[in-house]
Amino acid sequence: MTTLAGTWPMARLVLRRNRVWFAVWLTALVALPVLGVPSLDALYPTQADIDTYARTAGSSPAAVAMNGPGHAVHTLGGIVVFEMGGYVAIAVALMNVFAVGRNTRAEEELGRVELIRSNAVGRHATLAGCLLVVFAADVVLGTAVAAGMVAFGLPSAGSAAFGASLTAIGVVFAALTALTAQVSEYARGAYAIAGAAVGASYVVRAAGDTGDGTFSWLSPIGWAQATRPFADSRWWPLLIPAGAAVLLVAAAVLVESRRDHGAGVVRPRPGSVTASRGLLNQVGFTLRLQRGGLIGWSIGVFLGGLAFGSVARETQDMMAENPGVRELFDPSGRLGLTDLFLGMVLLMLAMAIAGYVVASTLRMRAEEYAGHAEPLLAGALSRRRWTLSRLAVPAAAAVALLALAGLGVGIAHAVLTDDPMEVPRLVGAAVAHTPAVWLLAGIAMLLFGVTPRAAPLTWLVLAGSVVASLLGSVFRFPGWLVDLSPFERTPQLPGGDLTATPLVVMAVLAIALAAAGVSGFRRRDLATSG
Amino acid sequence: MSTVIDVAGLVKTFGSTRALDGLDLEVAAGEVHGFLGPNGAGKSTTIRVLLGLLRADAGRATVFGGDPWYDAVGLHRRLAYVPGDVSLWPNLTGGEVIDVLARVRGGLNDRRRAELLERFELDPSKRGRTYSKGNRQKVALVAALASDAELLLLDEPTSGLDPLMEAVFQQVITEVKTEGRTVLLSSHILAEVEALCDRVSIIRAGRAVQTGTLTDLRYLTRTAIDAQTARPADDLAILPGVHDLRVDGNRVRFDVDGDRLDETMRSLAAYGIQTLTSAPPSLEELFLRHYGDELTDEKLATAEASR
Ligand SMILES: Nc1ncnc2c1ncn2[C@@H]1O[C@H](COP(=O)(O)OP(=O)(O)O)[C@@H](O)[C@H]1O
Ligand SMILES: [Mg+2]
Repeated sequence: MTTLAGTWPMARLVLRRNRVWFAVWLTALVALPVLGVPSLDALYPTQADIDTYARTAGSSPAAVAMNGPGHAVHTLGGIVVFEMGGYVAIAVALMNVFAVGRNTRAEEELGRVELIRSNAVGRHATLAGCLLVVFAADVVLGTAVAAGMVAFGLPSAGSAAFGASLTAIGVVFAALTALTAQVSEYARGAYAIAGAAVGASYVVRAAGDTGDGTFSWLSPIGWAQATRPFADSRWWPLLIPAGAAVLLVAAAVLVESRRDHGAGVVRPRPGSVTASRGLLNQVGFTLRLQRGGLIGWSIGVFLGGLAFGSVARETQDMMAENPGVRELFDPSGRLGLTDLFLGMVLLMLAMAIAGYVVASTLRMRAEEYAGHAEPLLAGALSRRRWTLSRLAVPAAAAVALLALAGLGVGIAHAVLTDDPMEVPRLVGAAVAHTPAVWLLAGIAMLLFGVTPRAAPLTWLVLAGSVVASLLGSVFRFPGWLVDLSPFERTPQLPGGDLTATPLVVMAVLAIALAAAGVSGFRRRDLATSG
Repeated sequence: MSTVIDVAGLVKTFGSTRALDGLDLEVAAGEVHGFLGPNGAGKSTTIRVLLGLLRADAGRATVFGGDPWYDAVGLHRRLAYVPGDVSLWPNLTGGEVIDVLARVRGGLNDRRRAELLERFELDPSKRGRTYSKGNRQKVALVAALASDAELLLLDEPTSGLDPLMEAVFQQVITEVKTEGRTVLLSSHILAEVEALCDRVSIIRAGRAVQTGTLTDLRYLTRTAIDAQTARPADDLAILPGVHDLRVDGNRVRFDVDGDRLDETMRSLAAYGIQTLTSAPPSLEELFLRHYGDELTDEKLATAEASR
């Protein structure tokens, strides 16, 4: 197997270059579910509390749509899986998508793989070395989660099944990204396809879990959840992700054996010999660079909204007698349960959109580091105009994507309730998340403008805000800490009162941070290649 | 003759690296000025300071009399730049990039754009990712040369071009020169420097070590002499400025410093010159000497004094 020659040194290289990266991701992904055990234990200390939970939140279609099937919600372990498993699954999948993409196609795009391949290193060594490390990281993740849960007193069979289900999710999405990184010529394309698959897996299993369950068998997250941790803890469903991973890796290897180095599957077609009018303006230019992503996200959030919007009405049947659970979502106790669920859907979509908006803002950093800012700024383009046109796109995209998400949820709900007014109501509720999303973009701009090297810290701010909002009550974070999350500052909509003050404050703060970032960027050296 | 670029005592540090260490540089209007120096000498850094992309720590740098950091946009309307390492947007075509860069500078001459595309044999319909290094450079060159900019800042613009394209480049720059435009050309291609540059500045470790015409610089180096004399010229070794003397019967070979050539030839004549070949220093020798550590302060001082 000469095509695999050098796999081991490649694996060591991946490990060496990503040790901090893996350490951060693994720590967070192990800590989330493991620390959920004592937190939820404190929330539901007696079996009576747990039984109440099982009858209420644990069996509501809304919660099932968000979290997955509640196979064992009459046990503490089952509640942990039910409350956190869905989110952790998405995070594990994303870690694997990024881990594989950044070490394969991204490196190839930068020309670094070429340097390596010219040595006694086989064609598949980079891919194989990367997968070796990433699969190992998934095994470490699953083992650590299982061990941590056992350490907090949960049964070992269920803990092991849950840990293994996370490993399985990771392995499948790593294998999938191995393939998309071969197919797409650009790392961004590889992330986009694999990321869309993660979103689709989540939505498809939500449809399955709230229906008769068939659809869940089409989703890798569904396969993992079919292990039913803490219920009967089945192992055989893991054969499906294992088989899928083998097929996906085989397909990746096949594509890599046939394609040219540096190329994707589709040959680039010749393009226009002159620039269109749109391209000549900096906002149009930025839009053009981000076109693919924007289109994908528009479709994704709309379909996601439709899918989750369609299960909302079933939540009207939901029982609401457990004050503890209700308090999780609605401390004021004034909202209808349907609106609570719709608000939750919109919040999750807003969080995903914030991810896109932060990424879009941080494109400035990538552009600068790639040397793309230099020739433009050497023209009669001020740094202010360069940044403002690149901020305009994520700022406008935030509004547009939120509106599209609201439209999806609204249309689905309007059809189910036969009330067309649901559409504007939900679009409005979705767009109310704009200031929170902008605030994160403002933080990204500030960091980029002042110290570009620190700009990726925005991702930690976003991750912290997401965890605080979604799991703050599980972990019983102090109120002030949860309130730091911009998502918590957005009024509870639909259903709640639209209070303008926090929205205005966040919007102003976002603009101020962005302005400080722009001013910082005007004062500093441009990052240049040696 | 007005000065287009005026740099004095320029200092730029990156952390502990002192990239520019009191650099002086003067480029006059209408000249093609060669900007030479070993890798890491600070050429690109200087050009980026002149573009206002980097902020100088100390010293003066003006372009058209303006401060490149504060007047960047205004100055950039009058100049065009070709970076040393051209990185294109992977999914835009070469033609699109040329138009975008031109638009950002304030327009380009369409006829000239077409003509340059033809002369450089560049296919503008290909996407950035698929261009070779030389073709990426051509994209940046066409974008810069199709403009009416008064000043061209070219940072090793031909390092990836083939000899045919190198010839096209030299023709185009010659035309630019006859139009009276100013060029600062950083280059390692010595033939190109010799063919194009009115004056050159050589920098090393962030400092200018020499400025002048190529003739001025030649004067600082040694000429190789190979002669047949009537009598063996044994005693030449005692003359100052004569190096590597080899006397082989009546044949004598040696190198002589440019500033000692006259008196040395007079002494040689005393032995009765029968045949004589002299080789002026090649450009390679010239630059090797300036790039290396040989040049002493004393020589620099003599050179200054004799000009
Ligand atoms: N952005 C930067 N950060 C740190 N060091 C730099 C940076 N840019 C240039 N340098 C250093 O400054 C010195 C001069 O570099 P440069 O101007 O690129 O040289 P040249 O173009 O003459 O080869 C080198 O030592 C280089 O490593
Ligand atoms: Mg350079």
